[in-house]
Amino acid sequence: MNLVEHLPALQVVLPLLSAPLAVLLRHGGIAFAVVTAGAWAAFATAIGLWLQVGEVGVISYHIGSWAPPWGIEYRVDRLASFVLLLVAGTAAIVLPWSRASIEREIPRELHYLYYAMFGLCLAGLLGITITGDAFNIFVFLEISSLATYVLIALGRDRRALTAAYRYLIMGTIGATFYVIGVGFLYLMTGTLNLVDMAERLRDVESSRPVLVALAFITVGVSLKLALFPLHQWLPNAYTYAPSAVTAFLAATATKVSIYVLIRFWFSVFGETLIFERLPLPEILLLLSLAAMFAASFIAIFQDNLKRLFAYSSVGQIGYITLGMSFDSVSGLTAAIVHLFNHGIAKAAIFLLIGGLVLGLAKPGGAPPAPTFDRLAGLARRMPLTCFGIVIAGLSLIGVPGTAGFISKWYLILAAMEAGQFWLVGAILLSSLLAIAYVWRFVEVAYFRPAPEAAGRQEASLGLLLPAWLLVIATLWFGLDTSFSVGSAAEAARFLVKVGG
Amino acid sequence: MENDLVLRVVGKLLIPFILLFALYVQFHGDFGPGGGFQAGTISAAGIVFHALVFGLEQTRRIVPDRLVEAMLAAGVLLYAGVGVAGLLLGGNYLDYFVLDPDPIHGQHRGIFWVEAGVHITVCGVMLKIFYMFASRSQRKDDEA
Repeated sequence: MNLVEHLPALQVVLPLLSAPLAVLLRHGGIAFAVVTAGAWAAFATAIGLWLQVGEVGVISYHIGSWAPPWGIEYRVDRLASFVLLLVAGTAAIVLPWSRASIEREIPRELHYLYYAMFGLCLAGLLGITITGDAFNIFVFLEISSLATYVLIALGRDRRALTAAYRYLIMGTIGATFYVIGVGFLYLMTGTLNLVDMAERLRDVESSRPVLVALAFITVGVSLKLALFPLHQWLPNAYTYAPSAVTAFLAATATKVSIYVLIRFWFSVFGETLIFERLPLPEILLLLSLAAMFAASFIAIFQDNLKRLFAYSSVGQIGYITLGMSFDSVSGLTAAIVHLFNHGIAKAAIFLLIGGLVLGLAKPGGAPPAPTFDRLAGLARRMPLTCFGIVIAGLSLIGVPGTAGFISKWYLILAAMEAGQFWLVGAILLSSLLAIAYVWRFVEVAYFRPAPEAAGRQEASLGLLLPAWLLVIATLWFGLDTSFSVGSAAEAARFLVKVGG
Repeated sequence: MENDLVLRVVGKLLIPFILLFALYVQFHGDFGPGGGFQAGTISAAGIVFHALVFGLEQTRRIVPDRLVEAMLAAGVLLYAGVGVAGLLLGGNYLDYFVLDPDPIHGQHRGIFWVEAGVHITVCGVMLKIFYMFASRSQRKDDEA
């Protein structure tokens, strides 16, 4: 057996195997070791795949040795390998962090189930990204979504249950829409393999069932990626889920859905249909602008820090979809690079908030909600945690030297390239809203006096180290863009060329 | 229902046949309608029937919670294990052709174990759901 040859299968199988093993072993500590090992193995595999794509180009792996289009094909191109790295990397960092945090947030007898669900969610997200089969995407979508609902419901706050239930309803509608769309496509093309489907669609492109399929898939996936008016499930789910779950989902779940939308729009339906014959770019542009302004505006008035950054996520997704709406290499580069940059910045923020609420908790007690009145003067007590949030917050604003600046820079370039100069103003104006909500945290944590004089009481090293790793990554990718922008530009060139 | 003599006698008679029918559906799945999923639900239905007639506590003694949870995971592990076996024998993941020197026989062998995995997991999930809901209503009765 040649290991390198089988990397695409191992990418999904290793985390998938770790989940039932965790259930069988029934011990929190052992389950933690097994699932973390699975996530690290997945991260190593993702690095291997990324390097392999650089050498040989697109990798195609035939599950069960059945050749596509009959069998299920795993297909790794630059975009897929980039997203795989983001998902597996986030899991590899969040899992070790979560050990100390779920100790206080989740009853001990449920720990092994938490790790099992985490493993399943990771396997599902990796599967969606790597597979080249439309129905297989649906299967993995369900695996990751069902695991996600459980993970959210594990939150301590009772409202976590209603948040998870709401997400379950919305997510199921999204998945059903997606599968209806795939059904129409199968009806018209007789194939489920994405590459094969794209070729066959050219003959029947503008027939009504194909347009219906496009509508169903776009709306279904938009629900999962929380595109502006369909984002209602997101704030509560992020606010009440356990801290580690919020960090993992914010960096991966919506991003993988965006990946699916890019895949279908650019690789399957093709740019001619999406961008020339239909008014989709205009619609997407409007919704993106609405997200950038409305969601960021709502974020400013939130009282709960987690909720504030949840709304900020909806706004930041607006930037990603804005990049998609240009139908140009630079626009798509901006979208893909922001998908990555926003993912690591948000994961860092939610991990740090997780450490922060653990610091606020009474000894042995459950961590309280991070409302602003509890955060007053906290920078003196937890300087490193607060400073990390500020730096990652600067990335959300797009300050030069952080990763967020790079994405906004490319976004502005794309807008100017398209000749829409007013959009440059809109992007800058919406960044002002980001300054406002990040400033609210700075003001409360740094300038408001603490209610009682407390000494320095920083989060433990196990909580700080993974989070700061991500904070440093936000700075690193703001200065050295050869990996992030390089991968994104290569992926964008490939996608735009394929459709055109 | 626990005191109904007719039900108890009929139940005792029927349950072995229900379980046997599950195995028939399982192994006939290659040639006709059926397979691991359907067979898993049928065998779970047999056990649920037992719980309805003889009471949940009796059934829990025969099929304990721990076993149900182990079944849940073991089936998935068996399924994935078949895939890994294909890898180790030199094929791709889930490659059944390499499971036996004769590729057609290899296909049979692969699907046999995969369906067995599906059966175990589906049966486990059905029972887990049933146990959870059934013990919930009991707890409420205790409170009342």
